[in-house]
Amino acid sequence: MRHFEERLNELRLRLLEMGGLVESAVHLSVQALIEANVELARRVLADEPRINELEIQNDDLATGLLALEQPVASDLRFITAAIKINNNLERMGDKAANIAERSIALASEPAVTSLVDVARLGRLVEPMVHQALDAFVRRDSALARSVLSSDDAVDDMRNRISAEVVHRLEMDARNARPWLDLLFVSRSLERIGDHATNIAEDVVFMVDGVDVRHGHAVPAR
Amino acid sequence: MSATDAARLDVTQNLNPEKAQETAAVPEAGRNQPAVKIKARNVDFFYGPKQVLQGISADIRERRITALIGPSGCGKTTFLRTINRMYETVKNARADGELLLDSESIFDLALPHLRRRVGMVFQKPNPFPKSIFDNVAYGPRVHGLANGARLAELVEQSLRGAALWEEVKDSLHKSAFSLSGGQQQRLSIARALAIDPEVLLLDEPCSALDPISTAKIEELLFAIENRCTLVIVTHNMAQAARVADYTGFFLTGKLVEFNDTKTIFTNPSRKETEDYITGRFG
Repeated sequence: MRHFEERLNELRLRLLEMGGLVESAVHLSVQALIEANVELARRVLADEPRINELEIQNDDLATGLLALEQPVASDLRFITAAIKINNNLERMGDKAANIAERSIALASEPAVTSLVDVARLGRLVEPMVHQALDAFVRRDSALARSVLSSDDAVDDMRNRISAEVVHRLEMDARNARPWLDLLFVSRSLERIGDHATNIAEDVVFMVDGVDVRHGHAVPAR
Repeated sequence: MSATDAARLDVTQNLNPEKAQETAAVPEAGRNQPAVKIKARNVDFFYGPKQVLQGISADIRERRITALIGPSGCGKTTFLRTINRMYETVKNARADGELLLDSESIFDLALPHLRRRVGMVFQKPNPFPKSIFDNVAYGPRVHGLANGARLAELVEQSLRGAALWEEVKDSLHKSAFSLSGGQQQRLSIARALAIDPEVLLLDEPCSALDPISTAKIEELLFAIENRCTLVIVTHNMAQAARVADYTGFFLTGKLVEFNDTKTIFTNPSRKETEDYITGRFG
């Protein structure tokens, strides 16, 4: 294998490691919330520095490849997609850490959590993360495109949760804190879904050379 | 039909010579496409019994830079030399097919007329054993284009056009061999520009030059693009990507893919092109 291909593979493997950590962080943060499990939430927070570290390493590796190898065609599309995927993964890790922090606060308010269906939102978002990463690993643009169609359901669910929280706050404004925590969690989950969508769009570009962001379908040129 | 679609259609014809013959008409230029300056349809080329070009069809756009890339021996230089019939000095060399400059067949044009309209710059700078001035004045004199003060003006214009004037204006009567390699190559370009060609063919013009001289030549190509159609053969992929509006990829005597340069270097449609430009060829 040529040196360049070894470096490309290294970038791919590091993104896979980072993707694994992020997928796990999203899953554990949702579990921590549902089960009011502070221990799980602390694991998410403990793993976040590694995700941040990988983001810096991956950016450095990708920038070096652009500068030194002057990649073209599918190599260029892979590296530009990798830079964006790297950034989206780091943001997802951040959001998972935010959810973990809120779940620690909400652990003492199990009744509130059970009244709003955040778990269902988590169940919508988690497969999006898994499929987006799977599509990247397998270079499967059809799977990536299927992630794009899930985003609307997440947005609808999040809007319903927001309406429910507003309703609860109107009924009992003196106990606002846990409701605001839940609103924040639902917002974080929705953002994780958005980042998974971004990754799926990057995979479509990487594999097919077509830019599908914002409803477009423009071949790379 | 978009420009890209039109270009891809051209390629489809290249890959299927039988179909190309059935549908020799080429799609109309897209709204944003410049006119076709050189039109090639099913051009074959032979050295004796050996066929080195097979069914080349392409539209070279006017006042644009077209790069021809491909591995050694793929036919790109042969195609370039077919455009000004440089091959005619080679015994048993023969070209077939349709090759038009505007609407006239290149094969039917009188050779001096063709060479005046289609200039050429070679890989190795080749100044004549004359002064800098006389090198540039050579073409206009031979073609009777100018003399006296008008000739001096034309020489200055051409040297300015080749971004060499400032460096040589005080030594015009020194031997051209006193110039550096990069300067000699710019002198070759000035000499070609002096007869105001419609097309300039460049056969690896920077392969013997250092990066600074290469950058000067590349800037020069951008500067003269608005006055003539440029076709450049290069082994330097980064150079093709930097300077060309369109790129054609040749392999074993066939034009595998021809498209706008950005598409070729970000999303080529043919695996052979992808393998070659990413260095995975062979």
